[in-house]
Amino acid sequence: MAPPRDLFHKRRPIFTCSRPAAPFPPPGEGPSWGRMSGPESSIVQFANVGLRYGTDREVLSDVSFTLYPGSFYFLTGASGAGKTSLLKLLYLAQRPSRGIISMFGEDVITAERRALPEFRRRIGVVFQDFRLVPHLSAYDNVALPLRISGMSEGKLEKPVTDMLEWVGLSHRVDARPETLSGGEQQRVAIARAVIARPEILVADEPTGNVDPEMAVKLLRLFEALNRLGTTVVVATHDVHLLRKVPDSLIMRLDKGRLSDPTGALRYPPRREQRAEA
Amino acid sequence: MSAPSPIRKGAPRFGDSARMMQHGRIAGPMPWVIAIMIALTVMAATAGLALANVAGGARAEIAGGLTVQVVEAAPLERNRQAERALSWFANREDVASVRRVPDDELAALIEPWLGELGTGAEDGGVPVPALIDVRLSGPVTAARLEQMRQGLARQAPAARIDAQASWLAPVFDAIRSLQLLAVGLIVLLAATSAAAVWLSARSALGANRETIETIHHLGGTDGQIAAIFQRQIAFDAALGGAAGLLLGLAAVFVLGQQFADLGSGLVAGGGLGAADWVLVGAIPLVGMVLAVITARYTVISALRRML
Repeated sequence: MAPPRDLFHKRRPIFTCSRPAAPFPPPGEGPSWGRMSGPESSIVQFANVGLRYGTDREVLSDVSFTLYPGSFYFLTGASGAGKTSLLKLLYLAQRPSRGIISMFGEDVITAERRALPEFRRRIGVVFQDFRLVPHLSAYDNVALPLRISGMSEGKLEKPVTDMLEWVGLSHRVDARPETLSGGEQQRVAIARAVIARPEILVADEPTGNVDPEMAVKLLRLFEALNRLGTTVVVATHDVHLLRKVPDSLIMRLDKGRLSDPTGALRYPPRREQRAEA
Repeated sequence: MSAPSPIRKGAPRFGDSARMMQHGRIAGPMPWVIAIMIALTVMAATAGLALANVAGGARAEIAGGLTVQVVEAAPLERNRQAERALSWFANREDVASVRRVPDDELAALIEPWLGELGTGAEDGGVPVPALIDVRLSGPVTAARLEQMRQGLARQAPAARIDAQASWLAPVFDAIRSLQLLAVGLIVLLAATSAAAVWLSARSALGANRETIETIHHLGGTDGQIAAIFQRQIAFDAALGGAAGLLLGLAAVFVLGQQFADLGSGLVAGGGLGAADWVLVGAIPLVGMVLAVITARYTVISALRRML
């Protein structure tokens, strides 16, 4: 299920289609991880982020990490560990109670509310419950981000049909979500999340409602997208899934705290050092 | 690509409220609420405009009108003073017309109340003042009236002058009150319509909350989401406005026919002119604009509570 090279209708300048399969650029080509210590080279940076709902205790405490362009991350943890809350912060559905979050080199905590849609258009989200618009067909659901961004009907036909073909749903373009199976809905949700060529893809338990075979297929979709340069963050409690993507990094949440004993999520080692290790 | 083209005729664009939102347009009560409001507004507005025309016509008719009564029991002296008053008015440059009301006309005027007793005291009848109808070239002001009273007193001491407008002042006051009532009704109807739209928009927001959140998360702006509701409410308001206008005009037509049958001169002056009909025709448009603005304000206010 290799994605066509011209699948995405527009290219953001920081990515190229010819990016190597490995999530790390070779030494000397592009920034090495050792130099990526500031928000200017990262795509997302959390610093001492805490989140509480109302006056309850914090569901996330002192969460600090950095996401770099083109990497693949798994976010794991038991139920109630705060995975969904962390993802909500990532796709800007929630503001933190404290801490600093910068995305794409800009502080999103102090960003004006009216500036947030522009950030959100650079983030693709696959919701756990899909959240397809029930009265729209698969085609129209996938086209939604492009319509939101103002693309004309004529221009969006090809990317949407190509995307539906990529996820294996070219025969279901007119189907409403209620007539699609769980796996098909999931693929429509993924197609919708990536159609506008986001810089970050956030997926909340994307394999939670599908059989193991389909779960692997979906993961391959994410990998293919990642190879095209998109930073992927997948929240899952399925530990078997973690082994399926060899070069992925794992973020483990435990009772709202991020396990990062080596500091690798905040200060990732240079690729050379990783290779030596 | 073997799949049929997904671009179909009438395919929904972003913001196609009929497809995006869960509720259909006709099924909801909003068009019917707006239709009733517009119909009532049309009736109130036409009543107000008709009353304005009645008052305007009556004012124009009696503007500058004076009634002079020579109240003298002796017929000869009454005639003498009436002639002098008539001559005095006729020689003034600010008098457009002056005429003495003939005795026959006077007798006909009082005949329904006094019978055929006659108007001459010498005939055993009731002594009736001599009446002179004066039309000034400009409006009658209090200063002008006082100045004329003083001038006429030297010519005809038994003469009394009254401005005709002062007799109809209570009628004009009543008409003005009715006009204010019509304006008040229109304001209340507009407020009620806005409240109904507000409630409808809030209800639609609640019913479509998940879809709205999804659009938000996909990068949709408040303006784009508000536009969905604006289009829907604009359609509802246009539909309801057209029905309300027809309903209101039908009621006005029936009422107009009944008032026309009264044959009263005052009521006959209450017809609507072309400008009035344009105003009445604009009511649904104003209602639509009001509904769209209210929907936008409601939706934007609610969305601002979301991140």
